[in-house]
Amino acid sequence: MSASSSSMQGHAVPASGMDNTIESPGQRAPLVLGTGDFHAVTNQVCRVTEHPTVPMAWYVAFGVSLMLLGALGVAVNYLIFTGVGVWGLNNPVMWAFDITNFVFWVGIGHAGTLISAILFLFRQKWRTGINRFAEAMTIFAVICAGIFPGIHVGRVWFAYWLFPIPNQMEMWPQFRSPLLWDVFAVSTYFTVSLVFWYIGLIPDLATLRDRAKGTIQQFAYGLFALGWRGSARHWHRYEVAYLLLAALATPLVLSVHSVVSFDFAVSQLPGWHTTIFPPYFVAGAIFSGFAMVVTLAVPARELFGLKDLITMRHLDNMNKVILVTGCMVGYAYSMEFFIAWYSGAPYEQFTFINRAFGQYWWAYWIMVSCNVITPQLFWFKKVRTSIPAMFVLSLFVNVGMWFERYVIIVSSLANDFLPTSWDEFIPTWVDIATMLGAFGLFGVLFLLFCRYLPMIAIAEVKSVMPEANPHWEGYGKAHSAHGHDPHGHHGGAPAGSQPAFQDPRPGQP
Amino acid sequence: MTTFATPSSTTAPASTETSVAQTWGLVARFANPAELMHAAEAVRKAGYRYWDCHSPFPIHGIDHAMGISRTILPVVVFGAGAAGCTLGFLLQSFTNSFDFSIWALVWVTGYPFLISGKPLLSFPAFVPVMFELTILLSALTTAFGMLAFNQLPELYHPLLKHPGFGRATDDRFFISIEARDPQFLRSKTGEFLKSLGASSVEVVES
Repeated sequence: MSASSSSMQGHAVPASGMDNTIESPGQRAPLVLGTGDFHAVTNQVCRVTEHPTVPMAWYVAFGVSLMLLGALGVAVNYLIFTGVGVWGLNNPVMWAFDITNFVFWVGIGHAGTLISAILFLFRQKWRTGINRFAEAMTIFAVICAGIFPGIHVGRVWFAYWLFPIPNQMEMWPQFRSPLLWDVFAVSTYFTVSLVFWYIGLIPDLATLRDRAKGTIQQFAYGLFALGWRGSARHWHRYEVAYLLLAALATPLVLSVHSVVSFDFAVSQLPGWHTTIFPPYFVAGAIFSGFAMVVTLAVPARELFGLKDLITMRHLDNMNKVILVTGCMVGYAYSMEFFIAWYSGAPYEQFTFINRAFGQYWWAYWIMVSCNVITPQLFWFKKVRTSIPAMFVLSLFVNVGMWFERYVIIVSSLANDFLPTSWDEFIPTWVDIATMLGAFGLFGVLFLLFCRYLPMIAIAEVKSVMPEANPHWEGYGKAHSAHGHDPHGHHGGAPAGSQPAFQDPRPGQP
Repeated sequence: MTTFATPSSTTAPASTETSVAQTWGLVARFANPAELMHAAEAVRKAGYRYWDCHSPFPIHGIDHAMGISRTILPVVVFGAGAAGCTLGFLLQSFTNSFDFSIWALVWVTGYPFLISGKPLLSFPAFVPVMFELTILLSALTTAFGMLAFNQLPELYHPLLKHPGFGRATDDRFFISIEARDPQFLRSKTGEFLKSLGASSVEVVES
């Protein structure tokens, strides 16, 4: 046993699997359960990457993802060699699955940045348990998103026209177009998210390097750890840089989905031309992204034994965020209807009535059910802290948010001003293969990340443990100012010790 | 000093062949963040200059204890952000509003796009890209500036091959004092570190 942990013997650490979702005024709920030892935290996280084998479920998921990725490859190549006519697009529905998928994936990414940047600025310490893989999710989601605008232009070999590169035609991009703003917003978002993620990874890569047994691991982790050695002088600049990146990523993430919404809002089409879009899109993005974090965190913590680091409190908090943002999108849905009525514009009014009761009524009501109605169950703590319930509800949100974009894009385009030009969008197999294939790409990248990189920010988790505070004097002494509680012997803690976190409810063991 | 896996955990020279020139410095191990911080204060007060603390996570208040002056990184980042904003405006106004030529590695000419009757120099439409370039340049400068000021990457360092030091990225807390410090005397500095409560003091070979 190391010296750092021996000093706390005789005091209780928060018991593994204890209920830390209780709100107890004046006490901080523990975020790391089952240990008060830094080494144990390192072991828990590194065990996943160091273990020679992974759970069978990982192989199954990887195999399925790989097959879907193959489908993506086939679909995209077929599209490039044949033309965008292989999709079910028509005139007037010139955007459908492609941009739906693009907005869906960009939205997924937003929760990662919210967790890593905005919650950091708000000093929400619970973010440390989930920020690493939420950021990874951001990066992989933006990669998936980036495919769709790239391939939907038709002649992909002219994609470089999007960038202001001097060329023989002496032509420049048209910078007054929201589509070009989108190019800059999404590519900046990807770059900054990648940098933020990598800067966060450096200390943990050094941890893996220092523990690595094999030459390849030592070399690879050593190379990317850049020679990090935990120096306090380095930490000083590192923390300043981390704060700066969080402060820069915060307005960035709000701008990205605002710019994505400009793709629609700046046009003249009824159903798109609304001023509520930027905040509505940002709220929806965070909503869908948090649902995806829950969808990924629930199996990951089960499979890799991380339940004491991604505790029920983390999941409970995320479900609260889903509830709040779900109410925000619900408000936006109803406000759209109100504005359509209040505007007095007949086309606007028709569009929204058509959305709810026209040819795409089923998509609209899937969206409302999954995004507004079912998340209301999260008002109940029993639901928020039930693993199966939150997993199912988060899947519903993922489905609902995909349909939200589908409804906005397709129903507005299919029935616009002139009834003679109306049409219906029917997806082809290429549309469906591309949509599912993107999940395959995401799955492959995410599963590789789980296997080879630390899924949890080890250094950050340690820094929010009470032991990391230089003024901390042991669990028992933490409450000495209030006198020792005679009822302090709880069932979950070792006998003869005083737990740091006490359950305020009467009659609890 | 229970499981510290090195044979030469002593302040005395391990062998007479070890010359001073081969010594990079000393590394002392402390039990927890509190002890590290108290020791860091003492080392600073003793007047050492080439020394450092090593911990698996940033310790709140250690920069004050060590007397680290605040980095100028934010100033540099502000400059980069201002440059990105300006660059964004110049790029868009040149390429979309004017038709003169400049030399940017090759001769390039602007193109006055007339779109929906908007003014050629339509500032509001340029704001999103100006904003994105501000963030992009600031963020890249933050990341690469931090690494540059920290003199990273530095893939070889004497400490990295010192046995047992690897736990500095896991659960242990160290102070290192370099031999190039004017006050460094191997025995005296070692005794000093011991007196601060170090559980072990070891020589680091360069």
